[in-house]
Amino acid sequence: MLKHMSTIQEKQAEIVSEFEMFEDWMQRYEYMIDLGKELPLINEKFKTDNNIIKGCQSKVWVHAELNENKLEFTADSDAIITKGIIAILIRTFSGEHPKEILDADMSFIDQIGLKEHLSPTRANGLVSMIKQLKMYAVAYQTQLD
Amino acid sequence: MGLNIEKIRADFPILKRQVNGKPLVYFDNAATSQKPQIVIDAMVDYYSNYNANIHRGVHSLSQEGTDAYETARKKVQTHFGAEKSHEIILTAGTTHSINIVATGFTNFLQKGDEIIVSALEHHSNIVPWQMLCDRTGAILKVIPMNEEGSLLMDVYEQLLSKKTKLVFVNHVSNALGTVNPIKFIIQKAHSVGAAVLIDGAQATPHIKPNVKELDVDFYVASAHKLCGPTGVGLLYGKEEWLEKLPPYQGGGDMIDQVSFEKTTYAGLPHKFEAGTPNICGGIAFGVALDYMNSIGFDSIATYEKELLDYATAELKQIEGLRIYGEATEKTAVISFNVGNIHPYDIGTIVDKLGIAVRTGHHCAQPIMNFYKIPGTVRASFAFYNTKEEINSMVSAVKKAVTMLS
Repeated sequence: MLKHMSTIQEKQAEIVSEFEMFEDWMQRYEYMIDLGKELPLINEKFKTDNNIIKGCQSKVWVHAELNENKLEFTADSDAIITKGIIAILIRTFSGEHPKEILDADMSFIDQIGLKEHLSPTRANGLVSMIKQLKMYAVAYQTQLD
Repeated sequence: MGLNIEKIRADFPILKRQVNGKPLVYFDNAATSQKPQIVIDAMVDYYSNYNANIHRGVHSLSQEGTDAYETARKKVQTHFGAEKSHEIILTAGTTHSINIVATGFTNFLQKGDEIIVSALEHHSNIVPWQMLCDRTGAILKVIPMNEEGSLLMDVYEQLLSKKTKLVFVNHVSNALGTVNPIKFIIQKAHSVGAAVLIDGAQATPHIKPNVKELDVDFYVASAHKLCGPTGVGLLYGKEEWLEKLPPYQGGGDMIDQVSFEKTTYAGLPHKFEAGTPNICGGIAFGVALDYMNSIGFDSIATYEKELLDYATAELKQIEGLRIYGEATEKTAVISFNVGNIHPYDIGTIVDKLGIAVRTGHHCAQPIMNFYKIPGTVRASFAFYNTKEEINSMVSAVKKAVTMLS
């Protein structure tokens, strides 16, 4: 499923074009819910309080592993929409080098009609999710250096 | 007498706006109420025409401001049925009021003394007492609740003893809408010599309490839930208690004589009103109370009950929907979940349809833990809401459920 050779930007453009096929927000949300169903699920043993992302109204757990210098993310959430959002983020980041993840620009979120979720005060904590994924990248980048 | 809802709605400019391309349906009144034009005008009028600091200058503007502010205090006094106007302390809001009492009680408590709170409390009603217990060695006891969201009065009576120094209960639960039997709670507490503080934040938009009749020692509330501005509220305290409590903050306005050797404090209510108060907010609070009283709390209660019953019946038609908090006495608040769908998911979808409801734990995690749920969707109604809006919410919830199942 994951196209390991494509860059983060290419994957983001791909997601944007997928979302552009839909005319209204409702279809976009339905698509996002579908994407959530394909989320690479976190191993139950990593679903600890330590791995919960703070700042979200729903629970979000994320785990990352380094595989041949590339990061692979798994996650889960108790809310379906949040699952969709984290699935989108993971799709862009998984299989990428930590450095690429750190440098990634995330403005594509605007383009898929999720702009309102970008507000730092928004209860779903999209900003916290991005921060947490990048924190993993920082941690593994230090290991690689 | 029935309310003229169309006329009332015209008083609230915000009700004309759209959200996400849909007419706004505002059902988050338990978080804060909307403001009528007359309150907004009072604030603009103050800043446009007689803004000055109060209680000090001899000049005319300062005098006008002082008069308006003190008139507002009298309106609050009359509304809440306090005997004396200096028993009304104008504060920054409910949380501020609670902290004045909780901090002041540090002087009155000893190790082993007990404070009773209820299982229905909001976080801001739990934390100040935990801090007080940390400072004094007092012990916090909790009145438990049952499945329908009512407090267990028989357990409450058992918890009371000579060790009980303070009982603190909200008049109405923010998460469930339960109206607590505060008159009974107050009487029983007094029989063991304990003082009682009632949090009226969620009650006052629906019920007009009379502190004298209740014989309550302290009663607190916020203006912003009563069609007034944010950042202002009240602490009612019986004169004898307010005289006993030490000042909370030092500063201007709360002093009588100051020298580097000794300061004597001003009398009530200024002892608790250090610094320049929220003058504009206080004045507007008075106007908001006038506005609510012009509509009438009896009419408000009757109409809101009608909305509550209608919404309850309509929501219950949705398969798998469960309402949390079904006490016989409750205000116009419905907390619910549908099946295993996360409240946040429903809240997000209905927001897209212009419906403003609250989702989450409502700062009342102990209640959510009791029901073993992450949170609820909470719709809270005000006298300016309509059955048509309830219909919009119900169909939005149905749509959300279809998408999310």
